Amino acid sequence: MAKTPVVFVLNGSERASFAEPGQNLLEFLRRGVGDLSPKYGCGQGTCGACTVTIDGETHLSCLTLAESVAGKRVGTAAGLATGNQLHPLQEAFMEGFAAQCGYCTPGMLVSAKALLDRNPTPTREEVVEAISGNICRCTGYEPIIEAILAVAKGRARA
Amino acid sequence: MIQSVETHATLAEAQRAMGSDAIFMAGGTLVMRDVNAGATATRIVRSSDPELGDIRLSGDGVTIGAGVTMAAIATHRDLSFLAPVARAVGGPQIRNMATVGGNLFAPHPYGDLAVALLALGARVAVVSQSGAPRPIMDILRERGRVGLVASVHVPRPQSPADFTFLKVSRIKPKGVSVLSIAAHLPRQGGRIRGARVAFGAMGATPLQATAVERVLDGQNLDASTIARAVQVAVEGLDPPTDALASAWYRREVAGVHLKRLLERMVRG
Amino acid sequence: MTMGFRKEFFADERDDNLNEIGKPTRRQDILGHVTGRSPYFDDHLFDGLLHIRCVRSPHHHARIRRVDTTEAQSMPGVVRVLVGRDVPRNLNTLLSLLDFGIDDEPLLAETKVAYKGEPVAAVIAETEAQARAAVAKVRVDWDVRPHVLDVEEAIKPGAPVVCEVYPGNKFIYHGKYDHQKLRYGDVEAAFARADHIVEGRYQMSPIEQAPIETCGAIAAPETNDRYVCYTSTQALFFSLGTAAKLLTMPSNRLHFVGGTVGGGFGGKVDSLHEPLAILGAMLTGRPCKFAWDREEEMQVGAPRGAERWYIKDGVMRDGRIVARKFTGYFDSGAYTRLSSYAIIKGVGHLPGPYTIPNVYADVYCVYTNRTPATAMRGFGITGVDFAIEAHMDKVADVVGMNPIDLRILNAYRDGDMKAHRREAKNCALIECCQVVAEKAGVALQATSRGASSLRDGGGERARLPAHTALDQKGMVTGIDTGGYARKGGGASRQPVSMPGYSMPAAASAARPPAQASPRPAAAATSAAPSQSSTTPPPPPAAPANAGDRPRQGAMRFSSISGLRRR
Repeated sequence: MAKTPVVFVLNGSERASFAEPGQNLLEFLRRGVGDLSPKYGCGQGTCGACTVTIDGETHLSCLTLAESVAGKRVGTAAGLATGNQLHPLQEAFMEGFAAQCGYCTPGMLVSAKALLDRNPTPTREEVVEAISGNICRCTGYEPIIEAILAVAKGRARA
Repeated sequence: MIQSVETHATLAEAQRAMGSDAIFMAGGTLVMRDVNAGATATRIVRSSDPELGDIRLSGDGVTIGAGVTMAAIATHRDLSFLAPVARAVGGPQIRNMATVGGNLFAPHPYGDLAVALLALGARVAVVSQSGAPRPIMDILRERGRVGLVASVHVPRPQSPADFTFLKVSRIKPKGVSVLSIAAHLPRQGGRIRGARVAFGAMGATPLQATAVERVLDGQNLDASTIARAVQVAVEGLDPPTDALASAWYRREVAGVHLKRLLERMVRG
Repeated sequence: MTMGFRKEFFADERDDNLNEIGKPTRRQDILGHVTGRSPYFDDHLFDGLLHIRCVRSPHHHARIRRVDTTEAQSMPGVVRVLVGRDVPRNLNTLLSLLDFGIDDEPLLAETKVAYKGEPVAAVIAETEAQARAAVAKVRVDWDVRPHVLDVEEAIKPGAPVVCEVYPGNKFIYHGKYDHQKLRYGDVEAAFARADHIVEGRYQMSPIEQAPIETCGAIAAPETNDRYVCYTSTQALFFSLGTAAKLLTMPSNRLHFVGGTVGGGFGGKVDSLHEPLAILGAMLTGRPCKFAWDREEEMQVGAPRGAERWYIKDGVMRDGRIVARKFTGYFDSGAYTRLSSYAIIKGVGHLPGPYTIPNVYADVYCVYTNRTPATAMRGFGITGVDFAIEAHMDKVADVVGMNPIDLRILNAYRDGDMKAHRREAKNCALIECCQVVAEKAGVALQATSRGASSLRDGGGERARLPAHTALDQKGMVTGIDTGGYARKGGGASRQPVSMPGYSMPAAASAARPPAQASPRPAAAATSAAPSQSSTTPPPPPAAPANAGDRPRQGAMRFSSISGLRRR
């Protein structure tokens, strides 16, 4: 079976690897490219643990055909920090106890970042809708919502 | 097991490439689930035809390319009457991926947009069939054999207040439908003319509640009309039992939710 | 959302100059979580990784006539197809590590399946997609049998036998009884004196833990003839011991790495991934991943087991509960796993946080053709607590009392004797009730407002009952409860086969036959013999071959049946 070369941009740098026919983007990123930050939770598009951005919009990588990102810009949770400099969302999650087992966290952060990038001052309702495609079994969501709102408020003050 | 992926420049070529060993993929929100689980098809067929993403005003409504996503519908200025429906589909990630065309073929319990399109009397352009676009109910009935869909023409409601959609799900804001209801009740001189009421997740496809439509036609939308409509809410419907709800439950609550939806329309 | 501290309670029992407790702190692993660096089992890359997927029973209950793997073996990418006889030791029970139970569950079923989803073969292939395709080509010839999915149906005579080790579909406790007993005082006498009898039936369906991370393990050959295994388990040493036993491999050849769990909630304690992943690595010489997909996690993954409880209270007019009788059924599903222990925990918990002078419990660990059950959040306790508290509300309704007042009235206080014959210490139910009432705006009686866990306990309430009614109900004979422990690392023995056991003819009245040598530390039920009981407790049944034929197992860590006596 022929594999397809896929050249794309991951978290700002150009990457290339080979996709199996029908391989989803999640497996491609994890095993083909080595970015382990998006996670497998269901393979059915219900849990959101695999959330990445494609050209700035959130997508479920488990339901995305790997080869469809050729030439596109993909963003994952691993791309939030710059070296040791954490993104304000990461700081806020740590400060606000917004993760317990941590498995939903990469997907949550990607959804949260996508929200704040297009809407820096969301209402609580808008935050809830933005993370409505990410399931968390541990925190009950409140600390996550508060952390996102805290970042928005911090930016509004700045 | 998938052995190859083909992307065709036009929808017509994609339709010619289809076969019993192939599945067509648009947004992937349904097809990739099957691929991940071990689909029996060996080929994925896609199309990069730019017409799939078109949204054009035409005649009495809007023609939406089959590849237009829920997110695009939710933000398009000429589709504000459909925005609440599009926003009820999946979560934000799904809405960035899921397409109008895919929603027409979504198996129970999915297909919330198709429910709204059915209530609005949409017509569907089928790639392999020339001639005028066909009523959506025909396409839903024949969806196992109708082939690829190019676009959907949605007549615009004369007044936004004439069209309402309600989705019942256990989890909010994102959840799968226990059932959904769309109602288009154009009024002339206060009386309903040409009522269309559609149910989702109450049968194998979105279905019109014809008994309800017959009760509503020619009437004012008032308490006694609503009461009579609710009485026949599930007449002619045979809702399924699935992991979300039993047939009994769906039958019990359909009328309750219909009542709420109609009362909401009265309040405006 | 800030947490409130009610520091006025138990103020003189507590040192408020603590450095960590009561002060916010960061999780030590949260930096890894927010950077995506926390190393879950699947976050390890291996060149040449193989994927394992199981062939699973579509039936609740069936005999396996034949498993045909020939077509699957020749599918593209398939390296090997495993069946039961490829497993070095294909029979286990998880608590053999704690010297409790009888081996009853195969890793890969060979003769029959007892729950929907039970694995009968495992395909190892180059990609997950190829493994799935080959699984679909394994042909199993099933002889479908009648099944039973309800605990009370399963223990009726003539019910399908779920687990052949236990022909009555009930776990045998301490080699003697088909249920766990708690006897404290005399409930029947107390019922006769009570003003009200309140009965209730409560039940809980299985509850799936549904962590976002599914269960799985990756195993690979490592240096020095060892295997490394990255696993999602919550119970690393349990997993290590189970793998060593099933693979008949000394545990020092296993290098287990875990502790980063993407949600467990009790659902990742059953340790059945690692043996298959390691076996794959042993037989192929390559790294092998065995992980459940979401459908398997929900259907095959062990849930919190269903429970059904019958509670009967004898209540006085003023709301005092003078007797409580429990009959409980835990749905263990098709195999024992940890459910036998859940009941021991649960029974130790009875009758709830209340001082009740007469308590009786019969709790059954029942086998049904449902998915084998496991732990979840308050293992063995949460279900019965739901039943107890629902019942308290019912009692309150019958006697016409505010449900919080009723609880404060019956609450245990420091110094009270509890039904399992230990004194209550550090009680706080009363204070919790008072704060709840305050926050919920519920007006309490003056006596409730003035009550305290520190007062009015002990004294009369510290005394054991003068008489405890005992019985031999549910006694069985013919079952061997020899231990798994090997002293001095002796040679491994053949497993003891368990013959069908028998119930004595008049179960409730029968006296056990005269015994040769009572075993010293065994057969400790949760009710130690009453100190002033008029009926001497029967000596433990000593089966003919006890003690001289220990069963196969890893070195024993501790013993569940020899509870430490204080």
